Amino acid sequence: MLTVRSLLLALLLLSALAVARTRDLLSAAVIFAGYSLIMATVWQQLRAPDIALAEAAIGAGITSLLFIVTVARTGRYEK
Amino acid sequence: MDDLVLKVVARVIIPFIQVYGLYVVLHGHLSPGGGFAGGVILAGGFILYALAYGRPALDSLLPDRLAALLESGGVLWYTGLGLVGLLTGSAFLANARAGFPLGVPGRLFSGGIVFLLNLGIGLKVAATISTLFRNLQEEE
Repeated sequence: MLTVRSLLLALLLLSALAVARTRDLLSAAVIFAGYSLIMATVWQQLRAPDIALAEAAIGAGITSLLFIVTVARTGRYEK
Repeated sequence: MDDLVLKVVARVIIPFIQVYGLYVVLHGHLSPGGGFAGGVILAGGFILYALAYGRPALDSLLPDRLAALLESGGVLWYTGLGLVGLLTGSAFLANARAGFPLGVPGRLFSGGIVFLLNLGIGLKVAATISTLFRNLQEEE
């Protein structure tokens, strides 16, 4: 169980750094959805299923959708 | 925009999304989730419908006026239920002391005011998030 949790936290850190470093904003939005999914799993592991459900629905679902619509309406690459 | 695969998959998957969202809203006082998370899931179903079938389809299903009515109605519903507590002589949002029946713990219709509050919040959040998406996507 400990190895799974360490792996999750390492992936979380990695995806957070990847979001910050990616210049392509569409890729960043997709990686951010992955980050939210990992975060939801971490919340569930921390025995907070309520927060996990909200994170999965809002973070991975609605937020990334709104980001993608925003990218479609503005520019795709960071200037 | 006119993709057959997307349309068929959306037609199959949207009922499941909506039923799950309603489940999360209605069981807000019993299981994880509640009005907010369930409302977001419901709105996700609406947004998928708009993406697969186009904006006019969503506009005929959930007109702007109905969404605005649900948004303000949800807030008024919440505040009105809270004021029932004040009118019966106890605190704002009072539950059993304001005379709401508590029911048997663990059953669907239990918890008195919490069930009704979750219902109002769920409808309001679903309308708000789909309006948010609609406003962002507009003015192409």
